This record gives sequence, structure tokens and C-alpha cells, in this order.
Amino acid sequence: MSGSKKIKVLIAKPGLDGHDRGAKVVARALRDAGMEVVYTGIRQTPQMIADAALQEDVDVIGLSSLSGAHMSLFSRVMEELNRRGLSDLLVVAGGIIPDEDQEALREIGVHAVFGPGSSTQDMARFIVANVGTQA
Amino acid sequence: MIEQLAEAVLAGQPRAMARAITMAEIGGEQASQLIARLRPSTRGGHLVGLTGSPGAGKSTLIGKLAREFRNRGKSVGVLAVDPSSPVSGGAVLGDRVRMQDVATDRGVFVRSMASRGRQGGLAPAVEDAAVILRAAGKDIVLLETVGVGQGEVDVTNVVQTVVVVLTPGMGDEVQSLKAGLLEVADIYVVNKADLPGADAIARSLHAVAGHPLDGWERPVLQTSALSTSGIVELADAIESHREFLGTRRVAGDQDVQMASKTILSLAGRQMLDELESTVDPRQLKSLAAGVVSGALEPRQAAQEIVRLFFEGRQDGPLSREMEVAGEFERGSSRWP
Repeated sequence: MSGSKKIKVLIAKPGLDGHDRGAKVVARALRDAGMEVVYTGIRQTPQMIADAALQEDVDVIGLSSLSGAHMSLFSRVMEELNRRGLSDLLVVAGGIIPDEDQEALREIGVHAVFGPGSSTQDMARFIVANVGTQA
Repeated sequence: MIEQLAEAVLAGQPRAMARAITMAEIGGEQASQLIARLRPSTRGGHLVGLTGSPGAGKSTLIGKLAREFRNRGKSVGVLAVDPSSPVSGGAVLGDRVRMQDVATDRGVFVRSMASRGRQGGLAPAVEDAAVILRAAGKDIVLLETVGVGQGEVDVTNVVQTVVVVLTPGMGDEVQSLKAGLLEVADIYVVNKADLPGADAIARSLHAVAGHPLDGWERPVLQTSALSTSGIVELADAIESHREFLGTRRVAGDQDVQMASKTILSLAGRQMLDELESTVDPRQLKSLAAGVVSGALEPRQAAQEIVRLFFEGRQDGPLSREMEVAGEFERGSSRWP
């Protein structure tokens, strides 16, 4: 019904890695947590992701990568978001991301990294607690 | 602030268009002001609805159509509605996956919308979103409904051209005799026409389409969104229907009928919002307990809720609104 603002999330897979089981599991879990989740599909360029985030006016972006190219791809996504004035979005990441990269990702604006074994309930709780609070 | 946003929408700024649609989804006074400000600028855009059962290929078809209209030099807006979960209220909006053809084209603005409990294959703010995209200068707005069955014809009250998308293997000609969706189409599309059975379903559609509607001869087209065959013809048919609507001199009656339905549908939604926000949860719970125990018929309980609603409003805002309406009738200048 009208009158309510739902949390809207974009789930995207940048780059050439086609393994999207994890992204779909997260999309469904966030739906079950009452969020509206836009799923873009695989093989997205950073520009496509930023344009989709802008048109959909999402509050949160979830990036998934299992290919090992997360550092360069996520940096370019963050650049494209900034270029469109979307630096205030909550950005989270998931997939195969080594612990030693997590600090660097936080520095470029990825607020949290959820690796293998993460609970989808924790992700939903993190999003609810942090959406709209970042500078 | 509303004026600023409206100016930015009219200038076609994507960020402003996106924000405006979110505002329309939230609803309320600001949204009403914004839409009222933008509506006079919507005369140009052509609003086309694509409807049909889940999996008929509507999203893929829209992606190809958007590409075709872009090739013809038109700017395109897409509104894609997917269902909200009745359990969690959440939704997965997956139509963009099928529209990769236009994902890198800034001349195409795609917005996914959740149905949020609205029936009939639409989202509550879809009319307003269409106003915003047309005011922003989109030449054509393609509206994709939730996958629907036979009876969901609400889209006809919202768009100017209705495209009904069917696929082979969806039943024999008896299905096409049933009332509903097939009666309200302006254009029939048999998608996935590369599959066996396409000719048969096209033949039975020709039988339905046989009687022209207000002088419009309803075409039956075969497309394959996969191979893009038939897409050019579909774009042609949509443009022909637009021209037909433009030349139709007897528009009057049908336009009044369409506006009447829009007013009733908006009024109904407003009343439902009002009812949901004012109903006493304890009263509702006790009535529900009565229904569960079998002491009360659901219909009786509903009547009781309606009675309580109007009783509670005797001295409330409704009577004040009625006074205002009275003044309006007497020619007061309080309403525009």
C-alpha cells in the first residue's frame, strides 16, 4: 500500500564471472526480509550497475564477485557511483573475497563484506541497521 | 522543493525522474502536488501496455522493442511491474535481466516497480510513474504488467495501447472464447513463434480479432524475441495505433469512460488506505476471532468494520471534506 518507504536493494554481478547462485540466494533472503530487490543479472559493467542504481533509486547495492577481480571491479563501480552523485548509498559485497582485501574495500566505500558461510539474516539485519546512515 | 524537482524532471534529468517516482510510490500530499504540476506536460508521450501470462516473454520483448524505437530516434521509458510477496511484503524485481539490449543506452530509462498488494497486474504508483516519464520527454513508455491470467484487464484503464502477449502451447481455441484479456487487446502478439503451434494460436486469435474495435482492425503478429523476428512489425503496429487514436474524432465517450474508471480506482485505493490506517486493531482482531471460531460470517465482519468506519468518521475529517465539496458545488473558489 502507499505511504510506506520500503528498503530497495540492487543486487549486481560486475565482470565476467557467471556464478550467480549466491547473488540469487541473497536476493531471495532480502525479499523474505521485506525488501524490494532489483536483480540485474550477470556480466554487468560498472556503468550499467551505476545507471541501474540511479534509475531504480535504490538505497543499497550488493555486489557479488567470485572471480578474484573484486578489487578492480568494485573500485570502478564506486567511481561510477560517485560520478553520478550516488556516494551516499550503502554498498555491501559478497562472494570470494580474501580477508586481506576487506580493509582496502572498506577504504573505497564498501561498507561490509559477507563471505562464504555468512548468514543471510545477518545481512538483512546489517542493512536495516545501516541504511540511510552513511555520510 | 517540489517546484525544483518538477523543473529537473521536465528537463529530463534521470536522478530527478528516479526521485520523483520514489516520491510517487510513497504517496501523500507532496506526490499529489508533483504529479499535478507535471501532468500538463504529458501530452506528447505514447503509453503502451504489454500484458500476458508469466513467462510469455514480455520483458525480453520490451527490451527488443525499446531497441527498435531507439533505432527510430525515439526516447524510451520502461516501467516493469513484478509481484510483491503477500507474506513478507518484499519483492524480487527481475525484469532488467531480460533487457540487457538497452542496459548501456542512456536514452532508455528503466524502472522496476513492486505490485505492493495492488491487483490487476499493476503497481499502486504506476500511473504516476508514467506521468513522470512522459513529462520528462520520453516519446514512448512501455509498461509491463505482472504476469496475468485471463481476468486482469486493469491495464486498459491506464494505457493508450494494449498489447496482449501469448505463446504457443497455452491451450486450445476455447481459451480464446473466454471473456477478459483477449477482448481488451489493441494488438495481439504470438511470441516464441519459433515454437510449434504458433500458427494455430494465431489462427484462433484472428477469429477473436475479426470484429474491429471502434474502427481499429486489431492485428495478430508473430514475434520471436530471441531472434528479433517480427519486432519491426510490432513497432509499426504500435505506431499505427497511435496514429489511429490521433485521428479518431469520436474520442469523447471513451475518454470520459477511461477517466471515470481512473477516478473510481484512485478513490477506492484512497478509501482502502484510510480504512487500513484507522481501523482499530483490537476490533479487527476480535472480529477475526469470531470468523475463525465460526460464530461470524466473513461478510458480516466486513459489514461491521465498514459500519464502525463510518460511525467513527461522523465528526471526523470526512464530514469536513463533504462541506468543502458542498462549497465546490456552490462555486466557491477554494478548489481549482
